[in-house]
Amino acid sequence: MLDLDMSPYGVFVWSSWAISAVALAAISLRALVAARRWKRELARLEEARK
Amino acid sequence: MFGLANPDRFMRFTRPVTPVLWGLAVVLLAVGTWLSFAAPADYQQGDTVRIMFIHVPAATLGLGAYAALGVSSFFALVFRHPLADAAARAAALPGAVLTGLALITGSLWGQPMWGTWWVWDARLTSVLVLFLFYLGYMALRASIDDEQKAGRAAAVLGLVGLINLPIVKFSVDWWNTLHQPASLLRAGGTSLDPAYLTPLLTMMAAYGMLFGAVWLTSIRTEVRRRRVLTLRARAAQEA
Repeated sequence: MLDLDMSPYGVFVWSSWAISAVALAAISLRALVAARRWKRELARLEEARK
Repeated sequence: MFGLANPDRFMRFTRPVTPVLWGLAVVLLAVGTWLSFAAPADYQQGDTVRIMFIHVPAATLGLGAYAALGVSSFFALVFRHPLADAAARAAALPGAVLTGLALITGSLWGQPMWGTWWVWDARLTSVLVLFLFYLGYMALRASIDDEQKAGRAAAVLGLVGLINLPIVKFSVDWWNTLHQPASLLRAGGTSLDPAYLTPLLTMMAAYGMLFGAVWLTSIRTEVRRRRVLTLRARAAQEA
């Protein structure tokens, strides 16, 4: 079973996990958004050259 | 292995690999999080032991990412290979974020266990220096307009920073530190109980897959970005 009662250290445990989750989501999202943007731009330029 | 130095071959090879890494990262993060909160509280540290499951992988991958940056910088400097330069550049931001996370989660673990957010001991200070090398690398790249010159200058800094990696790793053995010595990779085997070892190894695998996914995706993006810049320059010449 999951143990979600972190007392008396809840503020330390939950803020560590929350900060990590936000930071990892941010670098993942940034990489995926940039990948999509440059893939589209390259396809557009290659199409224009044909 | 060296065949992958060809950008076209690299793009063909990593196309099916990248989504697999993303998928594995998501699954392992979900399983690892479950295991981390299913593990019993430690008899001494209580629930703060759960910070270990995100602190250790962040610190390990922060070091690993810098090793990738440093080795890529070496190949970029010696062979002037654009893919190596792209690999170094792509490792910088995720590496900096992971190292930053190691510092923040370490501080949040240190306060309840050591009674302080920060001490200038060898391990903490050398990890801070590693973080500053990442920031310096990114700042140097951003400060020079000519991308080739920026790449070369940053690669030199990246190589210099490699010296810090063994200092981080062995700082707890070479000096008296408040930070505990290695408990995972050490002579005589791990000192961790299986109840903590399983979630820790799962989270380390998850962070590894996530870093791999972000890194490969970013290298692929960098290859495409450079092709776009080349095509734009060609179009401008033809016009």
